[in-house]
Amino acid sequence: MSGRATFLGMPAFPVNAAAAVQDSQLRFNLRKATHTIRGRRASVVAEVPDWAELRAAGRQIKDHTLRNLERYLLRLEEAVTRAGGHVHWAADAREANRIVAGLVRATGETSVVKVKSMATQEIGLNEALAAEGITAYETDLAELIVQLGDDWPSHILVPAIHRNRSEIREIFLEKMAEWGRAAPEGLTDEPRALAEAARLHLRERFLSTKVAISGANFMIAETGTLVVLESEGNGRMCLTLPETLISVVGIEKLLPSWRDLEVFLQLLPRSSTGERMNPYTSTWTGAVEGQEFHLVLLDNGRTGVLADEVGRQALRCIRCSACLNVCPVYERAGGHAYGSVYPGPIGAILTPQLRGTTSDLDASLPYASTLCGACFDVCPVAIDIPEVLVHLRGRVRHPRAERLGMRAAGWVFDRQERLTRAERVAGRLRRFVPRRLPGPLSAWTETRDLPDIPPESFRDWWDRTDGGTR
Amino acid sequence: MRVALFITCVNDTLFPGTGRAVVTLLRRLGCDVEFPRAQTCCGQMHLNTGYPREGRRLARHFLDVFAGYDAVVAPSGSCAATVREQYPRLARAAAPSSAPVRASAAAPVRPPAPGAIADDGSAAFADAVAELVPKVRDLSEFLVDVLGVTDVGAYFPHRVTYHPTCHSLRGLRVGDRPIRLLERVRGLELVPLPAAEECCGFGGTFAVKNPAISAAMCADKARNVTATGAEVLCAADNSCLTHIGGTLSRQRTGVRTMHLAEILAATEGAR
Ligand code: SF4
Repeated sequence: MSGRATFLGMPAFPVNAAAAVQDSQLRFNLRKATHTIRGRRASVVAEVPDWAELRAAGRQIKDHTLRNLERYLLRLEEAVTRAGGHVHWAADAREANRIVAGLVRATGETSVVKVKSMATQEIGLNEALAAEGITAYETDLAELIVQLGDDWPSHILVPAIHRNRSEIREIFLEKMAEWGRAAPEGLTDEPRALAEAARLHLRERFLSTKVAISGANFMIAETGTLVVLESEGNGRMCLTLPETLISVVGIEKLLPSWRDLEVFLQLLPRSSTGERMNPYTSTWTGAVEGQEFHLVLLDNGRTGVLADEVGRQALRCIRCSACLNVCPVYERAGGHAYGSVYPGPIGAILTPQLRGTTSDLDASLPYASTLCGACFDVCPVAIDIPEVLVHLRGRVRHPRAERLGMRAAGWVFDRQERLTRAERVAGRLRRFVPRRLPGPLSAWTETRDLPDIPPESFRDWWDRTDGGTR
Repeated sequence: MRVALFITCVNDTLFPGTGRAVVTLLRRLGCDVEFPRAQTCCGQMHLNTGYPREGRRLARHFLDVFAGYDAVVAPSGSCAATVREQYPRLARAAAPSSAPVRASAAAPVRPPAPGAIADDGSAAFADAVAELVPKVRDLSEFLVDVLGVTDVGAYFPHRVTYHPTCHSLRGLRVGDRPIRLLERVRGLELVPLPAAEECCGFGGTFAVKNPAISAAMCADKARNVTATGAEVLCAADNSCLTHIGGTLSRQRTGVRTMHLAEILAATEGAR
């Protein structure tokens, strides 16, 4: 059922992106979807007169929490425990998966329903559970499409953004029966018909499954409350119906108090879906009405990120995906090219920090940007993504030819006499520059002409004419 | 007021005409600009490609060369943005190692002597950054904010569209200053560029490291430019213009590219 390929061993970003950009259907789907959400976000953000202050508050609350993370985590643990929940600490993906699998096994069940969650995607929980004979059923509509299609998510908010209606219809007709209730015969690609097919398929699942797994958008330290924002209501079904609820949450999702939540309930929906308020906001504190509740607090590289003074701002991220929707590179490369559950600008700064930069793919991610800054402008918690990209570029290993070239350029720029001489040589050789450049520089002349080299540099003109006065 | 021209290495080497235009324009406005000959490069390429050590060395050189001027004007949004955005970061990154220097009351920190900005780790570097950075301006900022003009007396009877490059727009936040300057140029017909705020896909080494995406972005930009029917594409950064212009030229669109300075320097009779 779940034989999808792994991200590991994927080629570097430029290779993936070059393939994706050729796929005109994919580009059409992505362009349409990102531009629609982008426009909606822009208009609902413009409505809020104090958006800049809200954004500054969001940033400040997150920074404060991260600086005092240990204190607030302990407070959270105490509050959750007091409310009848069980708290587990997981240092990495393997430990988190082991804990969750153990908890599910203890219930005697072999299937679980899932609320859309990035943290469980990050640790590959579904695959880990499958290896233990436990089937995880995604219940978010887009996640369901991805799961049925044996596919990878390509967007944080809309994991199936790369699929259009007719592709979804085909996936439903072909795969739903394998996983449960089959799609109705004669299914059309009308959004309403597709949603109805998913509803019927999932309803059965909700009523029969006894264990649910979720993530959380926020955790409130003072009361031990978890918060999930969603659009479909499927999350609420998972959170309330099953007898056991297991939530896997990154340690950076913490907020000190309910008052802080107010800021984020404004920032997140407007940035994410472009709505003033999301349709469903669920909160729960500990074990509710006979339900058993487990909270798995996930580190998985986060404390390492916290140690980096520049890179740590990535932990402020609330996974709204506004940065994806405005990114011209994401729009053309698609989410899969980033080789991680975190695509787009946030992925380009988070993945290399969580996984390191030893693989070709991870080392290429900080370069998957023109540094145009559109992401920083829309980020509701003011993560300076270009700053972190530049910072991470200073950390990766560079190709030898580039190193030599950069060293030579640095040497020339060190002294104006050297630059003057280099400019004169270029001026003399100007007629010999080929229309097509060799090696890696051919990438430029493939689609663009080169500028003509002038016979005289500016500084030589200045000297000859005494600043244009002669 | 002592005003220095930071020509930038790209303009110096490849686009001396832009530099000459800046000099002509500023002189016409009664501003005598100096050209400190020791200048080279702000370090943008090294900093943005992941070579902070070289970048920092060039930053130090820049601070040395331009120390003491009241204003530094650069006809390049991305170079001005490198100084304004990245130099303070370099100063911050150097801060921890500078702590012991500051802690010693016996050796108070002195202002740097010209040409003697000490090691990157030093407090002197941070002081020089704090001193110089607010004085570095892109051409449109200098004209509108320092000289206080929008009508520079230019004449350019052509249909022009303007691309607000990313670093001018989102780095320096020059806003509508270039548009206000262009609107006052006699004879000039300014046509809006669709999706103007979207990046052209240059991104320095991005164009070479991610050529497929870069070319796809530039193809879209070129399509938007030609859709305006403009004869001239104008921007305040020759790096981006080289990229878009290279594509426009390869596609034989006949659209010319011109730096903002060149249009503002143009007068009746010339050109
Ligand atoms: S980095 Fe900012 S814009 Fe991007 S997903 Fe995170 S919070 Fe949203």
